[in-house]
Amino acid sequence: MKSEFLAIIDYKAGNQTSVRRALRHLKIPAEVTADPERLKDASGIIFPGVGAAGQAMAALKEAGLDCAIRELVGAGRPFLGICLGCQIMLDYSEENDTRTLGLFPGKNLRFDKNSRDESGRTIRVPHMGWNTIRVKSSSALFDGVEEGHQFYFVHSYYPNPELKHLLATTYHGGEFCSVFGREGTWAVQFHPEKSGRPGLRMLRNFYEYARRGGGSGC
Amino acid sequence: MLSKRLIPCLDVRDGLLTKGVKFQNNQDLGDPVEAARLYYEAGADEIVFYDITASAEGRSLFLNVVERVAEAIFIPFSVGGGVSTVKRMRDVLLCGAEKVSLNSAAVRNPGLIAEAAEAFGSQAVVLGLDAKKVPQSARVPSGYEVVTDGGRSPAKLDALAWALKAEKLGIGEICLNSIDADGTRDGYELELTRLIAENVEVPVIASGGAGSPRHLLDALTEGQASAALFASIVHYKQYTITDLKRYLHDHGCPVRLV
Repeated sequence: MKSEFLAIIDYKAGNQTSVRRALRHLKIPAEVTADPERLKDASGIIFPGVGAAGQAMAALKEAGLDCAIRELVGAGRPFLGICLGCQIMLDYSEENDTRTLGLFPGKNLRFDKNSRDESGRTIRVPHMGWNTIRVKSSSALFDGVEEGHQFYFVHSYYPNPELKHLLATTYHGGEFCSVFGREGTWAVQFHPEKSGRPGLRMLRNFYEYARRGGGSGC
Repeated sequence: MLSKRLIPCLDVRDGLLTKGVKFQNNQDLGDPVEAARLYYEAGADEIVFYDITASAEGRSLFLNVVERVAEAIFIPFSVGGGVSTVKRMRDVLLCGAEKVSLNSAAVRNPGLIAEAAEAFGSQAVVLGLDAKKVPQSARVPSGYEVVTDGGRSPAKLDALAWALKAEKLGIGEICLNSIDADGTRDGYELELTRLIAENVEVPVIASGGAGSPRHLLDALTEGQASAALFASIVHYKQYTITDLKRYLHDHGCPVRLV
C-alpha cells in the first residue's frame, strides 16, 4: 500500500544527503532507500544519481532497481530524476558507452568543448554554475517558477530526448535540454536541492503532485 | 547563459568564524552557520569554508559546522583547509558539502587528486592553488610559483604547470588565490587569473584582493574567471552581495539576481 512519503533512491550507501536535507527543510516526509520493495510503498520516487553512467547502471542492476524503476514508472508512479538520474532515464549515454534505463528514447551526449558561448569564447566543460531555463512546455513541475529563475548545474554530458518530451532548455555553447519527460515522470539536469528557492519550489511541486496520487486520482 | 558566481569565503577556527589578513592576526566574527544562512538569503551563489583549525578537537567541531550549514542553506558549498586524505573528504562530503578543495596535500601527493576524483567524481574536487609572483626561471617559467601551508612554503613548482597537471589528474575546478594580493583589497591579481583561466578548461575561481565591485568585474571579464571569491568586503558590511551583483549586472556581466 502506498503511504505519503517520497523515496530517494540511493544505491551507494548514504550519498544522497542533499536531497534528503532539502525535503526535511520543506517538511516533506522522505526516506532514503535502495530496496526495490520499499519503492513500491512510496507516493513518489526521486532518483538523484551519483557518479558516472557506467557505474551507476551497474549498481542499479545489482540492486534490482532497474527493473523496479521501469515497472513503477510504467505504472505511472510519480518519478523525478536529477542530474545523472535524469540522464539515465534515456536509453543511452556516451559516458562509458552505457545502455541506460530507456524510460524515454534519446541519448546523452558530451558537451563539445569547441563550441562557443555568446561572447565568442570556447565553453568550459563541465558546465558548472547557475543558469536559466527556458520553459518549452508547461508542467505542474514549473508552478511558481518564473522566467529568469536560475538553477545550479554541474555536468559534462547533457540529455538529448525526442522533441515531444522536451520541457525546458538551457544555453551553454548552444541550446540543450535541461528538463524532459511527461506529466508525472520528470527529468531535470540541474540540482533543485542546491538551487535555492526556485529549486525547493520544484521539489515541493513534485511532492504535491505525488501526494495527489499522480493526478490520476488513484 | 551561465552566470558568473559570487562566493563569500568564511574562515573557521574551532567552529567559529574568523577573518585573517595575510593569514595572520585573525579575529573572531561569530557563528559560521548564521553567516552562511545570511549569505544564502542575500544571494550568494556558493559559499566556501576554510578550516584553519590545527587540533583534532577543532576538526570535529568543524564537521559539526558543515553538517549544520548543510541543514540551513540550499546552494552548493565547498570546504577546504587541512584536507589530506580521501577519508577526510568522505567525512566532509557526507556531512553535506558539495565539494572539497585540496591544497598543500595535493602538492605533496598529486595522486590524491586522482584518487579523490575516482571516489567522488571530478565535480567534487577543487584544487586550491596558492600562487606567488617570482622572477621567471627555468623552474618557474610562468613567473608564478605554487606556495603551500598558507603561503609560507614555496613548493618549487610552476603555478601554470601545476594547474594543467591537476586538471589532467581530475580536478573539476580551480580556486586560484594570489598570496601577494590576499588581504590587500587592492584588486585580484589579474595577470595570474587570466594566465590560468586561459589555459585550463575547468572553471577558475579568482581569489585574493577583492576590495571593490570593480575588482570583481575585472576578474570576471579581463581575468576570465568563472567566479569571484571574497571575504572582508562583505564580512565588514562594506558591500552587500546584492550591491556587488547589481554593479556587475549593470556592467553587462551575467549574474544571478535574487
